[in-house]
Order: sequence, then C-alpha cells, then structure tokens
Amino acid sequence: MITLLVNSALHKLDIDPATPLLYALRNDLSLNGAKFGCGLGQCGACTVLVDHEPVYACLTPVAALEGRPILTIEGLAENDKPSPLQQAFIDEQAAQCGYCTAGMVMRAQALLDHNSIPTEAEIRAYMEPNLCRCGTQVRVVRAIRRASQPAREAAEASLPR
Amino acid sequence: MTCRHPAEAGPSRRGFLAGGGALIVSFSLLPRFAAAQAAGQTGPALPGSLAKFPMLDSWVRIDANGAITVFTGKAELGQGIKTALIQLAAEELIVTTEAIDLVTADTARTPDEGYTAGSHSMQDSGTAIRNAAAQARALLIDAAATRLQVPGDKLRAENGMVIAEDGRQLRYGELVGDQILHVQASPQSVFVDPSRYRFIGKPVPRVDIPAKVTGGIAFIQDMRLPNMAHARLVRPPSYGATLSRLDTAAVEHLPGVIKIVRDGSYLAVIAEQEYQAIVAMRALETAAHWDEKPGLPDSATLFDTLAGLPAQQVPVRDDPIAIPPNARIVEASYRRAYHMHGSIGPSCAIGLSENGALTVWTHAQGVFPLRAALTELTGLPRDKVRCIHVQGSGCYGHNGADDAGADAALLALALPGRPVRVQWMREQEHIWEPYGSAMLTKARAALSPEHQIIAWDYTVRSSTHATRPGGAGNLMPAWYREKPLTQPVPKPLPLPEGGGHRNAAPIYTIPSARVMYEFMPAMPLRVSALRGLGAYMNVFSIESFMDELAQAAGLDPVDFRLNHLSDPRAREVVTRAAERFGWLGFSRTPGTGRGFGFARYKNLAAYLAVAVEVAVDRESGQVRMVRAAAAVDSGEAVNPDGIANQIEGSILQSASWTLYESVAFDRTRIASRDWSSYPIMRFPAVPDRIEVQVVERPGEPFLGTGEAAQGPTAAAVANAVADAIGVRLRDIPLSPAQVKAAIGV
Repeated sequence: MITLLVNSALHKLDIDPATPLLYALRNDLSLNGAKFGCGLGQCGACTVLVDHEPVYACLTPVAALEGRPILTIEGLAENDKPSPLQQAFIDEQAAQCGYCTAGMVMRAQALLDHNSIPTEAEIRAYMEPNLCRCGTQVRVVRAIRRASQPAREAAEASLPR
Repeated sequence: MTCRHPAEAGPSRRGFLAGGGALIVSFSLLPRFAAAQAAGQTGPALPGSLAKFPMLDSWVRIDANGAITVFTGKAELGQGIKTALIQLAAEELIVTTEAIDLVTADTARTPDEGYTAGSHSMQDSGTAIRNAAAQARALLIDAAATRLQVPGDKLRAENGMVIAEDGRQLRYGELVGDQILHVQASPQSVFVDPSRYRFIGKPVPRVDIPAKVTGGIAFIQDMRLPNMAHARLVRPPSYGATLSRLDTAAVEHLPGVIKIVRDGSYLAVIAEQEYQAIVAMRALETAAHWDEKPGLPDSATLFDTLAGLPAQQVPVRDDPIAIPPNARIVEASYRRAYHMHGSIGPSCAIGLSENGALTVWTHAQGVFPLRAALTELTGLPRDKVRCIHVQGSGCYGHNGADDAGADAALLALALPGRPVRVQWMREQEHIWEPYGSAMLTKARAALSPEHQIIAWDYTVRSSTHATRPGGAGNLMPAWYREKPLTQPVPKPLPLPEGGGHRNAAPIYTIPSARVMYEFMPAMPLRVSALRGLGAYMNVFSIESFMDELAQAAGLDPVDFRLNHLSDPRAREVVTRAAERFGWLGFSRTPGTGRGFGFARYKNLAAYLAVAVEVAVDRESGQVRMVRAAAAVDSGEAVNPDGIANQIEGSILQSASWTLYESVAFDRTRIASRDWSSYPIMRFPAVPDRIEVQVVERPGEPFLGTGEAAQGPTAAAVANAVADAIGVRLRDIPLSPAQVKAAIGV
C-alpha cells in the first residue's frame, strides 16, 4: 500500500511501488492533467509539483512520494473556478492542441510560487524543459506574464515615490 | 457547446434518435441521395462539401426541443476548427455559440469529408455548414410564415425563434416537423449581412481550451472505458526486421498480463493495467530476437543517393524558354533533410470488438479512409467497422495515428468483449512515424538588364508526400504480420494542389518558365504528409532564390518581389508584413540580419508574407529568430485570433524544422529516437515577439491557412541568416556546423 497526498487529499493505492506517478494519477486517481509525452523527462508534458517543485511524473516512482504533497493541475482551481494562472492561459488562448498545456501550467505555477514577478528571460529559462510542438510558446510566455501582473503592479505601487 | 466525454459519442446517438420529434433521418441513406444527385442533376455545383452531401440535415439537425446539432466530417486536430465551425453555424442560425452541439468525424454519424488535411476544413466543411445553416434558417422562416400567415419578410430569426412584427413567435423546435431540413441544398444562400455579424470575424475563445487548462477530458489518451485493458507494442528495431526467436515464458506470468499477441513479426502485450503493460513490453523486448538488414542509405551521402534514384518526370510548367544573350544567369540548388511530425503525445487508439462489430476510437485525420483500411485489414464488412475521431496530440500531418488505429483493431480482435487501449511509446513514434521527405531542388533564372526575371528553370526531386491509408497496405502493422501486406507503390498527387510539387510553380510574373517534378517512387525512409507537403521546400527554395536574384540585381528583396507581383492581394500582404516589421528602417547590428518570405499556399489558398530578424552567435554558430512580423489573407476570417494562433505556431514550427531538425539514421536503424537525438525548438530560442496581421476580407471565400507559413518562414530565416553572415546557406537544417563553416570559425 502506498499513500499519496494529491491535491490535499490522501489516497491509499495498492500498486507496484515502482509505478511512475503518472500512471497512478491518470489511471488510479482518474486525473487527466498530467500527460504521457516521452517517459524520459525530456518534454515536460507530465509535469506536476511535489513539495512545490516541478517533477516529471513519468519518471518518479510512487515509492518515492509516500505522504509528500503532490499538486496537479486539477488542484489549482478553487471552487471550480480556474486559478489566475489557468485563467491567464484561457485569456491569452495559449494553446493549440493543448497536449503540453497542463505541464506548462504546472511548471509556470512553480515559477510563480518562487518568483512572483519573473522577467521575460527568467520565464524562458525556467520553462526550458517543457516542449510545445504547435508553437504556442509566445502565448505561454504572455500568459505567465499576465498571471504575474497583479504582483508586478502591487510591487510597483509599493515603491517609494 | 457542451464538452462531451468522448466515450459518450455512441450512446448519445441513440439518445438523439430516441429523442423524439422531428428531423430523424437514417444517415446511411444519405450517400445514395448524393449519388442520385450526381447522376441525375446537372445544376450549378453546390458549395464546399455540400457537393458531396447535398442534404441539409447531413449538416444541421434541429430536434423538437430546439436542440441544434451540427455535423462535420472534419476533425479537431488542435487547430481550432470546432470553434470556427460553431461560429459559422451560430451566425447563420442566429443563435448563441453555446446552442450548437458540434459532432466531428465519425463514420456512423457525419458526412465523409475525407481527411482533415491540406488546410481544407474551412473551404470544404466551413462552406458547407455555413450554407446549410443559412438555408435552414430560411426554411424555418418559410415554415413560420405559413404557420403565422404573414409574409416571410415580416419575420426575423433570433435566438432560436422566428418572431413576427406583432410579437408572435415560434421556436425552431416547433417549426421542424415534416422533416423540413431533409431537403437538398440549393447552390445559393442568403448569408447574414457582414454589418450584423455577431461571431464571424470575432476572436471567439476556443471551445476546447478550458478543458485543456483545467485537466478536463480533452484527448483520446484521457478516455477510460469500462473494463478497458491496456496494450503495448514491441516494434521491430528497424524497417523490415523479422522476429526470429521469442521465448514468452518469462513474460506470460508477469503481474496483470492478459495476453501476448504474436502474428509473424507483429508483437504486442495486453495487460490489466497500463504500467503492467509497460513492464511486460520491456520484458518482451529483452526476450525478442530480430533479424535486421542494413537497408538504409548512407546518411553522409544521402543526397547523392537520392539524386541517383529512378524518378518519374512530372511537368508542372513547360513554356518554351529563350534566353537573350545579354541576360544574366543565376543558379542555385537547395537540400532538405527528413523531418519529423514530432507530436508531443505519442499515438494512441482504443479498439472494441463486440458482437461481430469493431469500433475504433482514433485521432487519425481521416476516419472514413481509416475505416476502409481496417475493413481490408480485418476482413470485416464495412458496416461492421466504425471509426470515431477523438482528439489526440497535435499531428501536423500523417503521423502514427492511423497505424495505432490498426494496432487497436488487431488487438481488440485478439481480446473480444473488452475495450483495448494501445499507447505508443516515445521511441516508437519517433522511429515509426512517416517523415516529411528529404528533397532536392535546382533553380536557374535569367535576369534582364532591367532586373526583371525573363526565364525560370526549376526542378524539384522528392519521394512521395502521401502514403495515407485508404489501402491497408499503408498501415505499418500490416507489414509485419504472418501474412504481410506490402506497401503500394506511391503515385504523384495531382495538381493543382500537388505533393512534392506543391508550390513548385512560381507565383511571380515570369514570361517563360519550365518547372519539373522528379517524383521518386522509392522511399529510403518511410515518408508521408507533413504540414505543407512539398510547399515547405519549394517555397524555401523559390524564396531563397528570389533573394539571390535580388542580390544579383542589386535590388531590395521586398522591392524585387513587388516588381514581379501583379495580384493586389499578394502585394498587400507583402507590403503590410514589410511595414509592420519596419523593413526600411531596419538597422543591422553585427550578427543580426533581416529576411523576407512570401507565398500563396498551393498558389490557390491563403496569401502569407513574413519578415524575420535573426541573431547569429559566431562562436556557437547558433541562429536565433529574434522576432517575426507576418501578414495573412485567408479570405473571410471567421476567427482572426484562431488564424493568428495558427500562423504564430506555424512560424515557430517552421523555424524549428529549418534551424534544428534532421532525422538521423545509420545503415540499419533510425537513430533519432527521442528529443535528445532529435532536438526541436525550446523556450530560450523562442522569438521575443511574433506579430500577425490578419487582412479583413468580409464576404470573400475562405482560403486555407493552417499550413501557409511553413514555406515562407523557412525562406525568411535563411534570407535573414544570409543577411547576417554574408554567406548563403542552402541546406536545411541551417545547422551551427554549416554556419560556422560559412563564416570560417
């Protein structure tokens, strides 16, 4: 038995401890957000947060995750309302096929958790592990900037005049 | 628009038929009506796909409750087609977009619109749906006029109702009795006047994006059917390898294994759980021994090999050419490596064999052609095979989707009564997808003393760009069974759209030109349709060559193009892209350059011009696109932001192909097995900004757009690199090694 703490809920799963988190999320917990892209940690489609850090769910066995807080894109919304970052992706229409999108959102969430006002260069550097083949990256960068806008404005307002 | 669980597609048909009321037609009868029309009547052609499926209720149905269902044979590939089609239907039916339930490609429910490919969806399906919706509205108003005893011009349609001047109103659902939409379409429709548009031309948000950013069920990979089993494949390590020895004993007893399926050299395992299937697949890979043959060309001399392969000569343009003695001759040749589709999600499909019938959920671009192929592959009668499209990862052409559909069919037949989900692994997609063909082009032109092109001689050499099923012999799993099918010898696709010769004819005003397509039936690597087909390479070549000619003439590249363009719509996108980019005011700093590219896709679809700035790092030879400005004329733009999104994506994808990508192989195996051995563009290389201007053309026919930027971007990048380093690179990809060699680092 493995106990996983996913989106603030505890789940006891009777699965092979070597099972990558991706399959536990998708098949045992019916969470669709994390996607299978490469199984190699090269594309980021499976990105979720563990202890607030982005990890590749396709590579991380559940045995390593006992009791650690796991956040997936399904855990971002509050009261069925998209989070500010999710809403920014919708507002910027930052998707085409959308297969990479959940992984993009989760990595971007980790960035904003650490650095609420990232520069454009910081966004690009941080998002480097995640691939998009449709070519929506310019919109993804815009969505992350949009999501950071309230923090940016608050910081500017608090500057001494 | 409700976002329906893909798995409910079947039951909802029953729900619709059982829904009572009006407009219930057996869809299977419809092709017969089409045939009757084709045989009997010779009136003016019906617009778009109405020509093939002329009954209005093939496209639009309204039930007695007023629920509106719109049908398209096209599929959502991530290009946003669902949203644009819903906009059209809602506009012409005068309802909200939420009132439209759109059913996409399903052999049991929708018209057969072939493949969702070639930037055809708006021209074919959009045109059909718009006309059908407009004509349905007219019929509803006619019915209301009869019912209310008032002339039709005293009635207006609004929000699912027909309303009289005196305030009396009838809901659409009350008006649809007597199958009033079960009629043939007429050639002419009265569309909503552009001044009253509520949705057309507006950046309506995509209907599918919310589910994609919240973890909703959006993809075939997300479907979970009751009692579903999971399959994985063990592919041969190389083309044509045969399974010589296999001891399955150690695998059969692994946890969850239901069945090992072996049919000749076709090998798969089905397990209860997905990870169990993966563990069993890896064990089977270890247990399997293969005979391989070195059947691939030497990659170091690939283009020499290709140049020597037998080819069929296909003339594209064949004017008599006379070159005056005072003309200046310019010559160049260009080469393009094999490129991958590289979908981020490897192919996936689900099959269910039950009561003698087979259902396959697939992300293939053509559910009807796939059904034909699966019918041949399985021997089942056509009416026992159903293919339902469910969105997969973006495909950009013919990737592994159809083959995965065949896998699902074969494995479902091996395990009847249970849905079988098959998911390809990353290396399987990389190795087995059909690539975009390597190509060679040669260009030669004569310039007059007045700097006009007076003669043009161009040759393009390529393998095919179309090995899609239709025939089961194009399904890769069929090649490895005990009784294998062989792949049919390809034939050149016909003009005007063409395959390797797509866009081979220059669009510029040139008095005499010879254009030849050298079609190689052989396929050293497996190839098929990749976004733009030959247009990518032909436009890269022509537009690179236009810059070389401009340089020889001592003219600005944009001016030189305009000197050879008469079509005002072409001139407008060229001018607008140059202006938005700031072409004239561009200040070149060391290591930077500007480049331009233009084409009309297929010489008959969208016009697109793009200007880019690149920065070249002398030490590493790396090229980065710094910014791009494009202008596109798609005819009437239904969703300008959808078009902009497609063009932005096309620019980035083409830049990635052009700068980084080349399928690697040795004499036996494909070496590009993952994203480290086949690198594509990553975030740090993404341009600072891309600006896309969508030219407004209300009332003009739709012009296919999704592939329009692939060629112009490639040329713009190469032209900018030449501008930055002063040396012309003619081989794709424009690799750091090429750059460094060119600048002598």
